[in-house]
Amino acid sequence: MKADQLSIFLENRAGRLAEVTKSLSDAGINIRALSLADTSDFGILRLIVSDFEKARQVLKEKGFTVGRTSVVAVAVPDRPGGLHELLELFGKNGINVEYMYAFVQQSGTNATIIFRFDRTEQAIELLQANNITIIPSQKLYSM
Amino acid sequence: MIFDVDKETLPREDLEALQLRRLKYLVERTYANVPFYRNKLDESGVKPADIRKLSDVRLLPFTEKQDLRNNYPFGLFAVPKENVVRIHASSGTTGRATVVGYTARDVDNWAQLMARSFMAAGATSQDIVHNAYGYGLFTGGLGAHYGAERLGATIVPISGGSTKRQVMLLKDFGATVICCTPSYALYLFEAAQEAGIDFASLPLKVGIFGAEPWTEEMRKEIESKLQIKAIDIYGLSEIMGPGVAIECVEAQSGLHIQEDHFLAEIIDPDTGEQLPPGSTGELVLTTLTKEAQPLLRYRTRDITSLDCVPCRCGRTFARMRRVKGRSDDMLIIRGVNVFPSQIESILLETEGLAPHYQLVIRREGALDMLEINVEVNEKLFSDEIKNLQRLEAKIQKNIKEFLGVTAKIKLVEPKSIQRSEGKAKRIIDQRNI
Repeated sequence: MKADQLSIFLENRAGRLAEVTKSLSDAGINIRALSLADTSDFGILRLIVSDFEKARQVLKEKGFTVGRTSVVAVAVPDRPGGLHELLELFGKNGINVEYMYAFVQQSGTNATIIFRFDRTEQAIELLQANNITIIPSQKLYSM
Repeated sequence: MIFDVDKETLPREDLEALQLRRLKYLVERTYANVPFYRNKLDESGVKPADIRKLSDVRLLPFTEKQDLRNNYPFGLFAVPKENVVRIHASSGTTGRATVVGYTARDVDNWAQLMARSFMAAGATSQDIVHNAYGYGLFTGGLGAHYGAERLGATIVPISGGSTKRQVMLLKDFGATVICCTPSYALYLFEAAQEAGIDFASLPLKVGIFGAEPWTEEMRKEIESKLQIKAIDIYGLSEIMGPGVAIECVEAQSGLHIQEDHFLAEIIDPDTGEQLPPGSTGELVLTTLTKEAQPLLRYRTRDITSLDCVPCRCGRTFARMRRVKGRSDDMLIIRGVNVFPSQIESILLETEGLAPHYQLVIRREGALDMLEINVEVNEKLFSDEIKNLQRLEAKIQKNIKEFLGVTAKIKLVEPKSIQRSEGKAKRIIDQRNI
């Protein structure tokens, strides 16, 4: 139920992000979703890609510090309140969202939200108990 | 084992008698043959005959690095040029190069002292020595080379550079001893990892590391990663080169100064006064036997202390503590004395941070700002900003706590700090003062 997210440490320097995208592009890896968190000195790029292992290898070879984080992709009804209901559920059950990012596919009726939880296993159980769709990792990588 | 048992275990009294005899002759020679010293002695009203006991060394003037520069290139030679068989020079990174000459006997003595050093580090004639110190004008390469040959070991004169090849040859030739700078040892380790070679599987047993200041924490790091004993060696081209002092493998606690050839004092770097035994201050060395370019009371700028307590290895030579820093490398940041080695210790104590760091000092208005660039490795990396910021805060707190200085900590990408095959460049001082 968990998906692998690539996390990359980036110094805030012109062109650094482009070096990541070039490496991935050259290796034929597709980016499914991304989020960039930054401070004044450094940033962390988080990516869901079509081929995690290959992407990790390629970036490591280029000298990037790369981490693996387990995240959960959840299908959220694409309507007002869709996300709110979900977050309320987590809040009531004491599960903290470390960070999240979303993308909406034109063709679907759901938005996809990538969550990083403090307690991933409990979050998955909670989602399953409430019949909320978790997108399987393989499906996510090829969406 | 001890290479020169009769010299290295001389009773203190006999050693001092030998030192006095050599000191008297040294002052006579320099007075007679080096105009620079004759003038200096005349100016201070000291005659060679005034040196009657060892403590009279205090009467002699200091020699500073600038004196070597002012007499560039051969002005301090005490023998005719045809007797000089070798010339070395420092890199001249902080100004004009300082030149040193050697007679055949100087080279011979040096080889002897380096052979002693190798044996003190645990090497014997059975060993294969991978010598990654640079060959050329820098004293490290040839100094270690002649010493290993004198010992009867097998020397691999690889010199610096071509790191991948170094790793391959370390493995293929089965070196048991390595000589290089401590930062290069860690660089080699990284390169070996990338090449899929496990250092622990190599027959390497000891490393002789010098030419840059390092710390006890860095020793631990090297010893655990490379699975070897890491031995500290000390030397400087002005005095001879590597082998002026060496740690023994038995105690690994202070470096035995080869006192039959070098007379050591500790002074207050500000006043020049000799300090009582055990005090920390600047090391001053007098070359007791050097023929081509003898130096009286050379100010090394290295900060250390001396310990005359007999060592369990059996050597009677005094031990100098690991060099804490240099009186001229010492950073004064907002009035606080800071040595780069102290920062390194703190980084290594903070969750085993890799010792790749760089200090940048700049002046903003009237205030000095210290910025420390620290490389993030995979062990430290977190994909949550708050964890990385917590790490920065922790380093900052430790620096503040131990040194009393507030530093800005900047996490940088791995390998973004330039690797050096010689001395690591740890300090970028942008203050124009």
